[in-house]
Amino acid sequence: MPTLTIDGQEITVEPGSTILQACEAAGAEVPRFCYHDRLSIAGNCRMCLVEMERSPKPVASCAMPAGDNMVIKTNTPLVKKARQGVMEFLLINHPLDCPICDQGGECDLQDQAMAYGHDRSRYEENKRAVEDKYLGPLVKTIMTRCIHCTRCIRFITEIAGIEELGATGRGEDMEITTYVEAALSSELSGNIVDLCPVGALTSKPYAFAARPWELRKTESIDVHDAVGSNIRVDTRGREVMRVLPRLHEDVNEEWISDKTRHAVDGLGRQRIDRPYVRFGGRLKPATWGEAFRVATRRLGDCAGDKLAFIIGDMVDAETMTAVRDLADALGCPNVDCRQDGAKVGGGASAGWRFNTTIAGIEEADALLLVGTNPRWEASLVNARIRKRWLQGGFKVGLVGEAVDLTYDYEHVGASPDELKAIAEGSHPFAEVLRAAERPMVIVGSGALARPDGAAILDCARGLAEASGMVSDEWNGFNVLHTAASRVAGLELGLLPGEGGRDVEGILAGAEAGEIDVVWLIGADEIDTARLAKATVIYQGHHGDAGAHVADVVLPGAAYTEKDGTWVNTEGRVQHGRRAAFPPGEAREDWAILRALSAELGKPLPYDDLGALRAAMLERAPGLAEVDVARPGEWGAFGSAGEMGGQPFAGPVDDFYLTNAICRASTVMAECSRMFVAGEEATGTDG
Amino acid sequence: MLSDSDRIFTNLYGFQDWGLKGAQARGDWDGTKALMERGQDEIVDEIKASGLRGRGGAGFPTGLKMSFMPKENDGRPSYLVVNADEGEPGTCKDRDIMRHDPHKLVEGCLLAGYAMRAVAAYIYIRGEFHTEANNLEAAIQQARDAGLLGRNACGSGYNFDVFVHRGAGAYICGEETALIESLEGKKGQPRLKPPFPAGVGVWGCPTTVNNVESIAVIPTILRRSAAWFAGIGRENNTGTKIFCISGHVERPCNVEEEMGIPMRELIEKHAGGVRGGWDNLQAVIPGGASVPILPKSICDNQLMDFDSLREVKSGLGTAAVIVMDKSTDVVRAIARLSQFYKHESCGQCTPCREGTGWMWRVMERLVRGEAEVAEIDLLLEVTYQVEGHTICALGDAAAWPIQGLIRHFRPEIEARILDARQPADAAD
Repeated sequence: MPTLTIDGQEITVEPGSTILQACEAAGAEVPRFCYHDRLSIAGNCRMCLVEMERSPKPVASCAMPAGDNMVIKTNTPLVKKARQGVMEFLLINHPLDCPICDQGGECDLQDQAMAYGHDRSRYEENKRAVEDKYLGPLVKTIMTRCIHCTRCIRFITEIAGIEELGATGRGEDMEITTYVEAALSSELSGNIVDLCPVGALTSKPYAFAARPWELRKTESIDVHDAVGSNIRVDTRGREVMRVLPRLHEDVNEEWISDKTRHAVDGLGRQRIDRPYVRFGGRLKPATWGEAFRVATRRLGDCAGDKLAFIIGDMVDAETMTAVRDLADALGCPNVDCRQDGAKVGGGASAGWRFNTTIAGIEEADALLLVGTNPRWEASLVNARIRKRWLQGGFKVGLVGEAVDLTYDYEHVGASPDELKAIAEGSHPFAEVLRAAERPMVIVGSGALARPDGAAILDCARGLAEASGMVSDEWNGFNVLHTAASRVAGLELGLLPGEGGRDVEGILAGAEAGEIDVVWLIGADEIDTARLAKATVIYQGHHGDAGAHVADVVLPGAAYTEKDGTWVNTEGRVQHGRRAAFPPGEAREDWAILRALSAELGKPLPYDDLGALRAAMLERAPGLAEVDVARPGEWGAFGSAGEMGGQPFAGPVDDFYLTNAICRASTVMAECSRMFVAGEEATGTDG
Repeated sequence: MLSDSDRIFTNLYGFQDWGLKGAQARGDWDGTKALMERGQDEIVDEIKASGLRGRGGAGFPTGLKMSFMPKENDGRPSYLVVNADEGEPGTCKDRDIMRHDPHKLVEGCLLAGYAMRAVAAYIYIRGEFHTEANNLEAAIQQARDAGLLGRNACGSGYNFDVFVHRGAGAYICGEETALIESLEGKKGQPRLKPPFPAGVGVWGCPTTVNNVESIAVIPTILRRSAAWFAGIGRENNTGTKIFCISGHVERPCNVEEEMGIPMRELIEKHAGGVRGGWDNLQAVIPGGASVPILPKSICDNQLMDFDSLREVKSGLGTAAVIVMDKSTDVVRAIARLSQFYKHESCGQCTPCREGTGWMWRVMERLVRGEAEVAEIDLLLEVTYQVEGHTICALGDAAAWPIQGLIRHFRPEIEARILDARQPADAAD
């Protein structure tokens, strides 16, 4: 451990630290532009120069390893002058367009110019102008502002894993570009906007929308996938203006996917802002009283076993608790939180969790992906796998659709046959898993949603046991969910009760006339045409597939509009917070259930969120453990059976259109058109 | 003055056969096996004892640099990289070595590569050097065919090969780490140091980058002993050196001379003197574009070696002597160099990327006198803001010529500014 002196203060740092990290540890502030913790070191901005004893020149602290007995000074006239000089150079060709720049108010260059720069310019020549580049529908460029820190290039190459951004030209003619004019085909591209220390890369959908000081910032949790990315929701009035990532080392580090970031314009479109009742074949606006009267009449006539609840993918744990309690009160066994029909739940909890944990991926040394495309199902899990892969000594195999995952893998096969071969040890990849010290397998929810899902789960369990994936210190078995509500739903027991029907059973029952009333809680990703004969109550926030077939529509709150609990695929309990109020007459979902339960004469035993949460914890005490990954208990799960021969298919056909919010978003629609449908736009389009 | 018997490059002018036969007639490849049998450490010690300093410009002791290479193999191979990307304005010594005496370089690669336990040498040659690259490749093939290179080179039992890689015309690729990047197929931009190439170089393996001339003199030093080489020149500035004399002289030429030869003697003996006589001399850039210019008053008694030129705040650089007589517009000459550096800056780090353009633009105005006198100080300050703050030495190289100009020709610049202010009729 090197010990060095920084501004007269002695400090010992981890071996391999840089001087900049040592300075930070010693509390000495060092300005920087190009340096970023999670990217490779470029050392090109020269802003972090410090004085080192016995060195004739100032050294770039970001790139210089800390060594024993170094004497570093960060506050000498030499350092001050060096910073001032670099600052001046950065500014001579930087336009003074801060008043019309979207980065204004949160610009590193602005802040550091105030702290370290001259108070006036000595540059009297003409400033450089650079042609703007086209980087797709999400990233807007004003390249004249670029200070060539290359953070964007390094992020796209190293973390997003696509080699589409680089620099061309030399000297002051150097430009950051895709060279061929094309959109960045990464699902993580929005992060380069956060990384850009100036206003060269800004968010295209958010262009000229708001200033940072006008926004109220609320820390919350993302629900577009089951990763549970930590986000900050910025609102102005009741409108969500943008979503930014929040640091969480064990979940999303400091990145979020483009869907998390840019689907928010969908929160303002297609919203159900008042109750509706179907009258004469058409949905007519109604008051809460009218809607409740219709719903109560239908529900009152309905026996418990002729009623069914289907839970959608973005529902919070509080709402699910209320659903569970209401279903019990009504004697309804037909409850299911697995609208995709995944054959999970019931068995040991390790059978439906990401037991290795997302951060744990970095410790694994072999990986088998089964029927999953993590790049689309959980972009940040994929980024974590890539991070591990880059460190080397990590073999990845894939059984399923051969897609570009941004890292190399061995395509073992496409169907359960190959999975079986590995489980039985007859495929060479079995040897890779067995030889590994900490092997892991990730089973996608698409593989489990097949009719033979339970057999696949059983086979994967057998594979995990045979490969030595499960021990006291290591659990390499993982199920990767795509629904943010799934783990909490399974934990709260939103599964068919005794004699109850699952989603497929409910839909079949509705077709056969055996189910009279289907209550959809934000459930849109089912075959709603099969509900035609039943009475449908749709409770949710977007006018999507579910609302179209509903007889009664009850307006609920989206994830940014309520305090809620979500449990990610690792079993990590996280609280989202209300950033804005629901539009119009919409209400929080648990409150709707509570109110309707009173109309039905079976009031739920809680009147506020606190009491509801107490009831929730009674049902699932594990939910009290906030923000820790909770790997499941190992035991029996899945059920032995014949696996079909048809190839695995992913649960996500279109990364950009997976739920009602995305489908209402014009930004996501454009991304889908461009990246999924492949209608490549050119720069002249926009 | 160097006697003919002490010359290393005896075919510098290409009057004889450059091929293997001619080279062997001049003594190359003679007993190379015996030289190798002296052992790796002894070769390095011999080079150290000779006092040879790198001929690429910086003047770092070559033997010391060779000794930085790891002696124990950790599984990674070691490489020798020869910097033949000779792009320094005014310099044309390496090209003549490769064109007319390529076997000196090839044999040097084998000996130096063997001494630093390298498995191969890569010669990164400037893309514009077409004939030179062809001759070099032919020479390598001749050596291979004769069993002097490749498996069991010269019958020594050591396997060693030499490859030629052609550059694409960027000056910055002459910087050793940018050259390594370029050799790897990447954009030629200097790397951060540390790690130094001897630890992590080309493809992540230990690497030493040497100039062509440094490598090409090694076989002769080993044959004629370090004492012989150290006996030429002055202490700490030993040996012979190829000087490239250009500009306003009667006969511009390349000439191998003793280190520390007086500048006047060098120019008058070998280049036929300054056009119009020594008194017509205005200034000399003694070591290629990147070293500060010297006025005649200093040139009168100036010795040509690393330390003497350093004392007068200039440098030997590549020993490219650019002579300017009194007809020269020195301000314009330096402005042209500034334009060169602005054009060749790689653009990676801030001070050089932004500073070279700024300096050039101010220089262009100074040429026409369209500036304030105070801007001279501003310009000087900008050069100090660039110097020493960059990743590689190109920033320094861009700053030094301007600093030299202002140091020695400030009255000239000021006069021009004042002249430009006079109304035209008043000047008449």
